[in-house]
Amino acid sequence: MNNEYIIEVDSLTKKFGSFTAVDKISFTVKRGEIFGFLGANGAGKTTAIKMLSGLLQASSGSARVIDFNINKESEKIKANIGYMSQRFSLYDDLTVLENMKFYGGIYGLSNSKIQMKTDEIVKVLHIQDYKDKLVKSLPLGWKQKLAFSISILHEPPLVFLDEPTGGVDPVTRREFWELIVAAAHQGTTLFVTTHYMDEAEYCDTVSIMVDGRIEAMGSPKYLKEQFNSPDIHTLFVSLARQSKRTEI
Amino acid sequence: MRNILTIIRKEFQQFFRDSGNVRMILAMPIIQLLILPLAADYEVQNIQLCVVDHDHSWYVNEMIQKITSSGYVQLTAYEESMDKAMQLFEHDKADIILEIMPNFEKELITQNEASIGISINAINGPRASIGGQYLQSILQDYNQQIRLKWIQFPKINPLPMLKTEFSYWFNPSMDYRHFMVPGILVILLTMVGANLSALNFVKEKEIGTIEQINVSPIKKYEFILGKLIPFWIMGQFVLTIGLCIAYWIYGIRPEGSIGLIYMFSTFYLFVVLSFGLLISTYVNTQQQTMLISFFFMMIFILLSGLYTSIDSMPEWAQVVTIFNPIAYFVKVNRMVIMKGSDFWDILPSILAMIAMAIVLISWSVLNYRKKA
Repeated sequence: MNNEYIIEVDSLTKKFGSFTAVDKISFTVKRGEIFGFLGANGAGKTTAIKMLSGLLQASSGSARVIDFNINKESEKIKANIGYMSQRFSLYDDLTVLENMKFYGGIYGLSNSKIQMKTDEIVKVLHIQDYKDKLVKSLPLGWKQKLAFSISILHEPPLVFLDEPTGGVDPVTRREFWELIVAAAHQGTTLFVTTHYMDEAEYCDTVSIMVDGRIEAMGSPKYLKEQFNSPDIHTLFVSLARQSKRTEI
Repeated sequence: MRNILTIIRKEFQQFFRDSGNVRMILAMPIIQLLILPLAADYEVQNIQLCVVDHDHSWYVNEMIQKITSSGYVQLTAYEESMDKAMQLFEHDKADIILEIMPNFEKELITQNEASIGISINAINGPRASIGGQYLQSILQDYNQQIRLKWIQFPKINPLPMLKTEFSYWFNPSMDYRHFMVPGILVILLTMVGANLSALNFVKEKEIGTIEQINVSPIKKYEFILGKLIPFWIMGQFVLTIGLCIAYWIYGIRPEGSIGLIYMFSTFYLFVVLSFGLLISTYVNTQQQTMLISFFFMMIFILLSGLYTSIDSMPEWAQVVTIFNPIAYFVKVNRMVIMKGSDFWDILPSILAMIAMAIVLISWSVLNYRKKA
């Protein structure tokens, strides 16, 4: 665990038939940083995240996540990461507390630990009055914040967030990022995909993916200087325009 | 173990949250068991008879009276010509046409022999054949009756007659319900088990929560058992409701041990539940699940021996029933409830269930992939 990098990716590739969704990407993520994984729709972000979190078998290449090989030890990875998917992943027909107890339970937390964590989340999210309400009755932004809090309920050293702020209003997005930054302060490494370029500014390192490849990577400041771009948004648009994929 | 309990708790919370589920699991057994055994039976009644009478004699009258007095046959039309009668056939207003030839009575008396024509509407096969048999036996009876009137008995009956009398075992009054209720109970349990478990699992796929499960460290067998056990409990609950209705409404109490029925359903439910789960590991939407489970249910139910006897099926179909869990439970239920069979009688069926459950559960564990 004394390694500087929590994720080391080497020529990771995923092919679906003749379509190469992720094309030999290699990169590293430092322990404790917020790593922004940027890219347009269809660039291959979700596919990459699924391979790293053990949901999808890689076609070739390898990666080490925490201390485990993604090709051989995916179940060990799963015990040590948090994951929040693009699709809303809480149970709509359960209450806030029931969801927390369920996810705490399947990660093997003790009852007292679950109790402690739920109290904490309820306090941080100011949802005292909503804890016994069904999740489906909450506004989307609240749901997303709740889903994030639940994904780090078991205090994993690394969390994958796949477009956590999709469809969320700007104010709630800001609040959401405050949660992410707070988690980073506690030492959690956050791997976040997004296509909101303003969110890139919160990240320590940003990588920009186009057509399954990583076209640019570095700190936001470094990237702006290197590509001589006023902001990440401009840089992203100029890179994304080179895309040959029809999804964009 | 704790993981399994966590999932079971969640399944029950979700199940009881939807009041539709609760109503369904209560109403389904009650309604099916109240309606089906009373309505769906094999007894053929209200056979519609059309008489085409070319003779108009006293004997014809007596014969028709004899036929209609049985209660099974209704005289619905009395026509002059066969053409008109055939029209009734075509409009499905008559099941049987009885054509009485001219000079019926005369021939009967003078030549000791007269013929009548019976035409049967065979659109509804069983009804036609059973109706025809009824009519034939009534006519035979009548035949005997008039002969007895005419014949002067000699001192010793020159024709010794064999008379057959049946005694029906295990269901002495041939009450159709005693035969149907145990079978319907099985169908109920199967529907509840297979459909609920399959739909539940696929629902997680549809809404996407399965991904969150797959990315957690939970073991496949833990997840699958956690999904099976709640529906296993509900299945036993439905069985209990069903047995209560069978007793209170139809007065059917098992001749054998009630514990034996529960013991068998313990294994049986694991078979149907894991079958449902297996289906759900292959499909992606609830719609597909319904279609596929409907497909299998059709085959399983029709080849289960509930409606038609397995012994009279062609040999290949009998082979198919070896793999039909419903057939085992229908058989066992009837054995225990009607005949009072004991543990050793049903042991082969129990072993078959255990084997099927092991195969199906392993198959679904293997086929459920946490990693695509």
